[in-house]
Amino acid sequence: MDDTAALKKTPLHALHLSLGARMVPFAGYDMPVQYPAGVMKEHLHTRTEAGLFDVSHMGQIIVKAKSGTYEDAALALESLVPVDILGLAEGRQRYGFFTDDTGGILDDLMITHVDDHLFVVVNAACKEADLAHLQANIGDQCDITLLNRALIALQGPRAVEVLAELWADVAAMKFMDVRHCRLHDISCLVSRSGYSGEDGFEISIPADKAEDVAMRLLEHPDVQAIGLGARDSLRLEAGLCLYGNDIDTTTSPVEAALEWAMQKARRAGGARAGGFPGSGRILSELENGAARRRVGLKPEGKAPVRGHAKLYADAEGKTEIGEVTSGGFGPSVEGPVAMGYLPISHAAVGNQVYAEVRGKFLPVTVSALPFVTPTYKR
Amino acid sequence: MLKFTAEHEWLELDGDVATVGITTYAVEQLGDLVFVELPEVGKSFAKNDDAATVESVKAASEVYCPLDGEITAVNEAIVADPSLINSDPQGAGWFFKLKLKNPADADGLLDEAAYKELIA
Repeated sequence: MDDTAALKKTPLHALHLSLGARMVPFAGYDMPVQYPAGVMKEHLHTRTEAGLFDVSHMGQIIVKAKSGTYEDAALALESLVPVDILGLAEGRQRYGFFTDDTGGILDDLMITHVDDHLFVVVNAACKEADLAHLQANIGDQCDITLLNRALIALQGPRAVEVLAELWADVAAMKFMDVRHCRLHDISCLVSRSGYSGEDGFEISIPADKAEDVAMRLLEHPDVQAIGLGARDSLRLEAGLCLYGNDIDTTTSPVEAALEWAMQKARRAGGARAGGFPGSGRILSELENGAARRRVGLKPEGKAPVRGHAKLYADAEGKTEIGEVTSGGFGPSVEGPVAMGYLPISHAAVGNQVYAEVRGKFLPVTVSALPFVTPTYKR
Repeated sequence: MLKFTAEHEWLELDGDVATVGITTYAVEQLGDLVFVELPEVGKSFAKNDDAATVESVKAASEVYCPLDGEITAVNEAIVADPSLINSDPQGAGWFFKLKLKNPADADGLLDEAAYKELIA
């Protein structure tokens, strides 16, 4: 059997083929890993101009309270995430994660307050499980709907000028603002966010209109189509977690250095402390810290250190202390970059550890994240 | 004489010494190369041993020794600038020179026509 026959296609599949993309299976979808320009040029183009990404494989879900009020939807979702959702203003977005009873992470997601409901974007590989999780836990209070829409991301320093040519009001948006808009009479939902470390936008579009909008953006001389290869190197340089690599059910949010995503209202002493799966462990780790932590890792020399490389305290590889979870070459950093977990005793910035690569133990320095300075418009 | 392996190495034969690199096809599959690790001069390898490593932005790949032999030279220029392999894989992007233990074994490798058929 031809494996690619079973793969799902996004509404932009034909466009990728027409642009000469090399397609690979990713989370059950046939997705562009790179275009003819190649990962390096695509990455650098996104950092200097604007890159267009198809992220339609991700799940877009509406959570709407049966009562019809935003407050009820927010309180219901708060029972599954350690995030302040009741306090999320209309038209604002927040990063969060579903936790399990042991305090591990089931998925990470973007949560938006749109009108009287919540709009959440989840990872492609997790979306069926996330839907079932939502349905099982808050399905009695809320209607949970998986949308059949396309999602594109326009990322980079030129993104705002490019998008403003289609819809001028976009320039007034700040990082994590979300607005309904019409792009050439196509009804879209635009958020000023992304996963590249650059200023940019994610645009949810009706599936049958996605190619129209993507083509209009690609007509602009500053915009190039960017594949999953560069998306991965961009997010790694930006110090952002990839679910399944850097975070999963074996990592807690505090271990993953995601405390910033858990607001005061949900922490011990807060107005709505706890009440989410694994809150015992997570609240305790917020108070006392976790035994290990996700850190940035900067390998010395030029050899990339990849995910699953073991980390050692000594250059002889006697004492194994952790593992790299994501690693590769950072085109903007012009060298190898990685992330991984280390015990707190070894996790201070500047500390040196050793990564095993093909039987050698290469020196690696714990580095502050992100590796590149984000250009978000706060 | 130019020979190829099914693992996408090329060999330019000059007497009993082969200059070895990876094919244009292989480089297109790998994408932008960012790191190369070459063998030491003087080291001997058997056919199909890992002799070198190339890494693209995304992944690492081994380069196999195409025949039994000893390394007599390596191309330091591709270590300093791995993009040379992308820009000229079957020229300036060569990897190493190999003194063949049994030069006649080269007859068993693919010729250019057979290699082209393999990747078609």
